Amino acid sequence: MPAVSMTVNGKAVSGDVEARTLLVQFLRENLRLTGTHVGCDTSQCGACVIHVDGIAAKSCTLLALQCEGAKITTIEGLAAADGPLHPMQEAFREHHGLQCGYCTPGMIMSALDIVRRRGNDLDEHTIREQLDGNICRCTGYHNIVKAIAAGAKEMGKGGTTQQAAE
Amino acid sequence: MSATGIGAAVRRKEDFRFITGQGQYTDDVVRPGETRAVFVRSPHAHANIKSIDVSAAKAMPGVIDVLTGAQLATDKIGNLICGWMIHSKDGTPMKMAPHPALAASKVNCVGDAVAVVIAETVGQGKDAAEKVKVEYEVLSAVVDPAKAQAKGAPQIHPDIANNTIYQWHLGDAKATEAAFANAKHVTKLDIVNNRLVPNAMEPRAALAEYDAGTDNLTLWNTSQNPHVARLVIAAFVGMAPEHKLRVIAPDVGGGFGSKIFIYPEEVVCLWAARKLRRPVKWTSDRSEAFLTDAHGRDHITHAELALDGNGKILALRAKTIANLGAYMSTFSSSVPTYLYATLLSGQYDIPQIYCEVDAVYTNTAPVDAYRGAGRPEATFVVERLVEVAARQLNLEPAELRRRNFVKSFPHQTPVIMAYDAGDYNASMKKAMEMADVKGFAKRKREAARHGKLRGLGFSAYIEACGIAPSQAVGSLGAGVGLWESAEVRVNPTGSVEVLTGCHAHGQGHETTFAQLVSERLGIPFDSVSIVHGDTDKVQFGMGTYGSRSGAVGMSAIVKALDKIEAKAKKVAAFMLEAAEGDIEFKDGKFTVAGTDKSAAFGEVALNAYIAHKFTGAELEPGLKETSFYDPTNFTFPAGCHICEIEIDIETGKSEIVNWTAVDDFGTVINPMIVEGQVHGGIAQGVGQALMEGAVYSAEGQLVSGSFMDYTMPRAHDLPSFHVGLTETKAPSNPLGIKGCGEAGAIASPAAVINAITDAIGTEELAMPATANAVWAALQRATPRQAA
Amino acid sequence: MYNFTFHRPTTVRQAAGLLARNPDAKLLAGGHSLIPVMKQRLASPAALVDLGLVEGIVGVELKGRSVSIGAMTRHADVANSPVLKEVMPALASVPGSIGDPQVRNRGTIGGSIANNDPNADYPAACLGLGATIITNKRRIAADDFFTGMFSTALEEGEIIVRVSFPVAKKAGYEKFKHPASGFALVGVFVSKRGPDIRVAVTGAGANGVFRVPSFEEALKKRFSPKSIEGLTIPASGMNADIHASAEYRAHLVGVLARRALVKATA
Repeated sequence: MPAVSMTVNGKAVSGDVEARTLLVQFLRENLRLTGTHVGCDTSQCGACVIHVDGIAAKSCTLLALQCEGAKITTIEGLAAADGPLHPMQEAFREHHGLQCGYCTPGMIMSALDIVRRRGNDLDEHTIREQLDGNICRCTGYHNIVKAIAAGAKEMGKGGTTQQAAE
Repeated sequence: MSATGIGAAVRRKEDFRFITGQGQYTDDVVRPGETRAVFVRSPHAHANIKSIDVSAAKAMPGVIDVLTGAQLATDKIGNLICGWMIHSKDGTPMKMAPHPALAASKVNCVGDAVAVVIAETVGQGKDAAEKVKVEYEVLSAVVDPAKAQAKGAPQIHPDIANNTIYQWHLGDAKATEAAFANAKHVTKLDIVNNRLVPNAMEPRAALAEYDAGTDNLTLWNTSQNPHVARLVIAAFVGMAPEHKLRVIAPDVGGGFGSKIFIYPEEVVCLWAARKLRRPVKWTSDRSEAFLTDAHGRDHITHAELALDGNGKILALRAKTIANLGAYMSTFSSSVPTYLYATLLSGQYDIPQIYCEVDAVYTNTAPVDAYRGAGRPEATFVVERLVEVAARQLNLEPAELRRRNFVKSFPHQTPVIMAYDAGDYNASMKKAMEMADVKGFAKRKREAARHGKLRGLGFSAYIEACGIAPSQAVGSLGAGVGLWESAEVRVNPTGSVEVLTGCHAHGQGHETTFAQLVSERLGIPFDSVSIVHGDTDKVQFGMGTYGSRSGAVGMSAIVKALDKIEAKAKKVAAFMLEAAEGDIEFKDGKFTVAGTDKSAAFGEVALNAYIAHKFTGAELEPGLKETSFYDPTNFTFPAGCHICEIEIDIETGKSEIVNWTAVDDFGTVINPMIVEGQVHGGIAQGVGQALMEGAVYSAEGQLVSGSFMDYTMPRAHDLPSFHVGLTETKAPSNPLGIKGCGEAGAIASPAAVINAITDAIGTEELAMPATANAVWAALQRATPRQAA
Repeated sequence: MYNFTFHRPTTVRQAAGLLARNPDAKLLAGGHSLIPVMKQRLASPAALVDLGLVEGIVGVELKGRSVSIGAMTRHADVANSPVLKEVMPALASVPGSIGDPQVRNRGTIGGSIANNDPNADYPAACLGLGATIITNKRRIAADDFFTGMFSTALEEGEIIVRVSFPVAKKAGYEKFKHPASGFALVGVFVSKRGPDIRVAVTGAGANGVFRVPSFEEALKKRFSPKSIEGLTIPASGMNADIHASAEYRAHLVGVLARRALVKATA
């Protein structure tokens, strides 16, 4: 079996995998990072969104081997184990942006990518359009949209502003 | 109101684990030596199985075994059942065909499982599943329930004539007929309530483990009601006695009804785990979920409303064909009957109602309860009829509703239900103000200037929740009682665990139930833990569906807390050396009336356990109480939703520009969570109205079998919602709660379709009202509107 | 998905060599069409040749009167290319409307064009601008490249290296999204470059992307939405499925062409 190594949440990891192993399988099964979920098999739902070298991607549509040498961030890597929550995580809690929690990690990782691309001042229309790749069946999106707007703003305040790339 | 008590928008306890990726869903659980199950499924909708050859598959790498339906039968694993008996109008019982967990001789829908591969990995399992050789004799299939009843239709199950499960009715046919004969106006509609795929974001999963040393089986399962699953798998499937089977429903990623039911896959995993002495896990692919999760709705209805010359409703009648799919799922029989026809009175005083329902087998996935279950179908019938009648009579839709609202309570409808409290005009009035209905005409004119059509649609819905009084449902055919249990365990240090038979899969019980306990006992919110979802911890319970957890589950907690208080007062009396009758309990403190002697709740708890102040003869040590609460009536949440929609004339694309929901849920424990439930329900109802639809080809292939073809509502398909509340308490439970989980899904489809038909000026529009459908309707409508 | 061997060449030449040595190999670009199909076991290449590390085939450049886009340039990078946004925003809007943000972060122009999904957006832009597809072997005009659904003029072992788009002064793309998949239910790209007027349609045709000569003819007199008012195309030959009838797709072609022209002439 081919070997693969990458950095996940700041930690160097490696493993022997079948070539057909998806990144999400590698994360969930090999590394036991089960916060990244699988909600579909057609790259639609976004429950599996993680960051590859800082950019959001659907880990169900990437082979682990494609990520050789990459820096991966998952939901587990957003806040230090005993540190404070990331402002976007906090915003989801504060604004009731989740119910069953299954789509939530992907939503939060996608929200951070929206901030990366569109900055900290996000209007409702932008957030709704940019959430096209994430499906939630519980919330009707109402509170997710509120949470992302608030989280983005908070990231700006806290000096975690990221340059908007778009 | 305290910051964490009843009525406070307390942030949820459960969120921390979800936002940090530490939720524990079934697929996240891993057991040592775990194997993976991959099912071999029928590609045909209807076929005889001539032979199954598993030899090549067994020889594949990583394969532990390949099991078939024949072995299941040899091992005497029983069939899945439907637990609600419906009798036809001629008195004959419903015709429940056998539903084996693995089909041995015949498959009846695409996705029917015929064998299972148990392998070391999913990849190996899938490789091997392709090597299972199944020889089918393909039969012609039928997917349309009306066609399934016709002469010469394919016979799905032997000896079940016309594929008809039951022909049921409710109400007084003759009196209704007479009322129609006297009517000045009759409104008639043909309605298809489109078939939906629930699509909880977490696909179903099951993990079974057998402990040979104790002969115990454990099942981790995506279930809304682990105790019901255990009961059915033990008592009907005969897998193991109840005390030898533990069912754990850990974090569950949404249910919406689809995870109430007992499915073949969990039965097969249990059986295989015991047979092979290895844990067996199955996790559904989304594609598999589309084929095998119980679908929702799927009614064909002809409905009529009779009115007098003043817009007063005289009678309603409906004839419905309900498609139940290839097999009768766990509660499927009750959905198009007692959860549907009993709500056909809506919010209105309708003297006569008569409803006939035929339930039919087809070569499609089973259909069962999906968010609202029967009540969205009823609301759609009633609210479309009322809206269309108003248009035909040139009355304001609100005015026709107002004239017919039930205004005094209790109100006995002609279809079983006794409404006990409500103020329907109050909800509609508030909704109309919030939606600025007065300003609509102006907005419509403005839209027209931009080439857009605007419409306004109302839906004044009612539902029966708080499911349900056991005696009542028993008399209607339910195989179980629908009470709920609660156990309150006070620890010596004064913290509390509450064990509930309800199950949370997004509803936030860990928060709302703790709010109740914290307020009632006067202890910190963080000192309360809610325990659910494990048959080894919670003795029994009926689970969560039918907006029942607040009204029934929390009432059980109240009853148990009553007992805790009573016992604690006895303890306090010994501690404070006073008569039990003189002890008062308030704000977490026990006091002796008229004195300054007091003991905090925690001190009493400790004394209950150390038992230094009393002897066992006087009082048993400990502080733990159990209660089983059986409601005395259903609850009747009701409200009014108003949808304002704008349609692009050229493309037919609809955009919801405003949504107002005013609901009466009785007492609200946590408004933040309640509003969230409303938002989610509306989204699902809008999905049904505008985009969702499970479509089968005539051959029985599911055409809309993935998110590439089945349109799920996304963030940009929806607006932010304006949500308001009115309140009349439910008289039938101690907290006055009515329930909020399904309201949005029940109310919204009719509001959307009423809005679109208002905009386009024709009633000929089926759900889902896709852009294509609306454009086509516009082409059929007056040339003035067709661009 | 079936298992396969995985190769990561660093040059186009190496990639071509790997293709030659592995007859059942497929190229892996962004992977957002291929991997889903492999997951469904509808494709079973014995080997994947990942172009992710291949040098020199990424980026958007203005070369004279053309924009040249490297085959492995991600949709997001094309959509956000400052050069492209300045010289031809209509082309930038095409990848900007593909799929969803995460898909745009991974999917590539080369992968999209080589796949020629009948509902994909890029083929409309290629045909609608008269692009040239540059491979390791030759240059192929867009008019000759798209040969039917999921079928192109690419030969065995041929690798798209760049796509060159002539800069059109007037261009516009209008898309009606497939409500479930986000692909184009119908998409229309219009352009005018001197006398060359093009109207290309994706999503609608049963054989993939196509041009609309009747619209192009009408636009020769005046490149304006008014010129095609009332014009439609026949429903025969249109796709029909649960989301849109052939009649509706044909109707949308007219509507979207006019809207694209509004953008192009704004």
